[in-house]
Amino acid sequence: MNVKKEKKMAYDSFNVLKATCVPLPLENVDTDQIIPARFLKATKREGFGDNLFRDWRYNGDDSPKVDFVLNNTTYTDNGTPRKILVAGRNFGSGSSREHAAWAIYDYGFRCVISSFFADIFKGNSLNIGILPVTVSPEFLDKIFTAIEANPNAEVEVDLPNQKVTLVATGESEGFDINGYKKHNMLNGFDDIDYLQSMKSEIAEFSQKQTS
Amino acid sequence: MSKKTLFDKVWDAHVVKHIEDGPDVLFIDRHFIHEVTSPVAFLGLESRGIGVLFPERTFATADHNTPTINQHLPVEDPLSANQLKALETNSSKYGISHWGLNNPKNGIVHVVGPENGITLPGMTIVCGDSHTSTHGAFGAIAFGIGTSEVEMVLASQCIMQPKPKKMRINVNGKLGKGVTPKDVTLYIIAQISASGATGYFAEYAGDVFENMSMEGRMTVCNMSIEMGARGGMIAPDETTFAFLEGREKSPKGDDWTKQVAYWKTLKTDDGAEFDMELTYNAADIEPQITYGTNPGLGTGISQSIPKAADVKDGEASYKKSLAYMGFSEGESMIGKAVDYVFLGSCTNGRIEDFRAFASIVKGRKKADNITAWLVPGSHIVESQIKEEGILDILTEAGFALRQPGCSACLAMNDDKIPAGKLAVSTSNRNFEGRQGPNSKTLLASPLVAAAAAVTGVVTDPRIFL
Ligand code: SF4
Repeated sequence: MNVKKEKKMAYDSFNVLKATCVPLPLENVDTDQIIPARFLKATKREGFGDNLFRDWRYNGDDSPKVDFVLNNTTYTDNGTPRKILVAGRNFGSGSSREHAAWAIYDYGFRCVISSFFADIFKGNSLNIGILPVTVSPEFLDKIFTAIEANPNAEVEVDLPNQKVTLVATGESEGFDINGYKKHNMLNGFDDIDYLQSMKSEIAEFSQKQTS
Repeated sequence: MSKKTLFDKVWDAHVVKHIEDGPDVLFIDRHFIHEVTSPVAFLGLESRGIGVLFPERTFATADHNTPTINQHLPVEDPLSANQLKALETNSSKYGISHWGLNNPKNGIVHVVGPENGITLPGMTIVCGDSHTSTHGAFGAIAFGIGTSEVEMVLASQCIMQPKPKKMRINVNGKLGKGVTPKDVTLYIIAQISASGATGYFAEYAGDVFENMSMEGRMTVCNMSIEMGARGGMIAPDETTFAFLEGREKSPKGDDWTKQVAYWKTLKTDDGAEFDMELTYNAADIEPQITYGTNPGLGTGISQSIPKAADVKDGEASYKKSLAYMGFSEGESMIGKAVDYVFLGSCTNGRIEDFRAFASIVKGRKKADNITAWLVPGSHIVESQIKEEGILDILTEAGFALRQPGCSACLAMNDDKIPAGKLAVSTSNRNFEGRQGPNSKTLLASPLVAAAAAVTGVVTDPRIFL
């Protein structure tokens, strides 16, 4: 992949991630659930992880809801947040708020696995360094079943080889990502670095556009 | 020459570069920003030490986080005030035109763009808000983006996107009494589910859309995102040109004539191919209402709530959704007690929506159990409401008008539906807590909202027509 000027790392690069998971086997998880609108008032990108899944995670008086998965210590590694979120189909639908992806990243996740992602969420994730991995519904079920049997089951997400593996059984499946985005994720580059390198082409193109 | 769809024509005309095994670099004609999704983008520019490439192509308006009463007073919530200030400061620093609170042109971004002629056919338009799809009503490619992309557009006037798949949705025939554009879109979403169009860009075609006003087309395109599509568009025609002619930023004189000639070429060629094509019959559509916690969980108002086995969503999600709403499978929607009515948002906050609402409440009274928030989409809409005498009708019936903004559509300001309360809303999302923590939302048209407002319960508006 030929990217001209690769200036700086915009986010952590992603290569192979072998980690335990948090299961969220619900469909149509929208970005209003991931981060409710009333937490969008910041002018800086800081601290969104505290309000990740706010209304599913906390009661109105800020006490934790015990039955929500993020409050279940079984799904932490001795209290440390896990890096892979496994979610039901159509994850990230609704509002375009990138804050949803920020909250997931800030909480500690680096990868979300689902059988189907909403478009804008998927794009936002890739832009900030979360890898959205789309697997078949059957393979998603296998991951959920494995985690149910053993909450510490590990999954390996191999970006260079575009492959996701259930570590215990070795079962695996390939996933798609375009070459350009893959290169960016492997290196922690973002699109603005690329676009800055083609400013003169853009300026020329703009001449023929109505303004 | 190969046959092209409307979408192809506009997209292809904006590709600066195609990246092999990657996205297209797409030139963006118009960029709207608001106070919530732009501050971090400006911070990004600063930390990179770069500026805004074409500030004249970006327009700022304050809407998401603004109060809808006493707008002349300082904004009380310090966090909201801070975001509004950031929008103002960033706009003036980079030379972006800014319509803040109290500016006569202020209003919801997707309402003010078209009403000032900033939105034009054949353009590419983006904004950090998923309902940017609204502008597709003019035959533009318009879609919502994230904050990283807002930064991208500020920096380079381009965005990197793989070309989506194409679908066409045809609705033919004549709409029945009391069936509005909102019902058409809710019907389509209920048919294909909240994710049925993910990965696609939609074109709406057929005589129902051809005969629709621009306001109605905006309502339909607005909701495209609620079926998962990135956007939806309708070929520009005489209705489009008539709406745009003479608007502040619309082309004038020879330029207008030249543009109209070009806009007339923006139609799908006969025989052009779509990846998916759906066709519905207008006669099958009745006034709609949602009962669940995503916009795909809706039904005709006279119908009962479907059984889990009959919906596309998985059973666990469906049951969670009904449990949240406090509804049961098989129940009828008519007669459910309503607490709040919200008329507004970029979906149904335009003058036609207020006319429709007024047509039912005229000569009737607001039900005592109802709290009603009527929020115009912009100051221009607000003035029209007054000039046309609609305000008098509303006041007479016991309603008050608020000031423009997004308001209870996303409940970022004080307009939050209280926990446990049921609202009939003309906005676009019924997600859990969308209109306030633990509040419950039924999405519907302005006519259904009006019928609920005067009866206090879910009511078929056709009995009043
Ligand atoms: S009215 Fe609602 S959907 Fe429309 S721009 Fe405002 S928040 Fe977004």
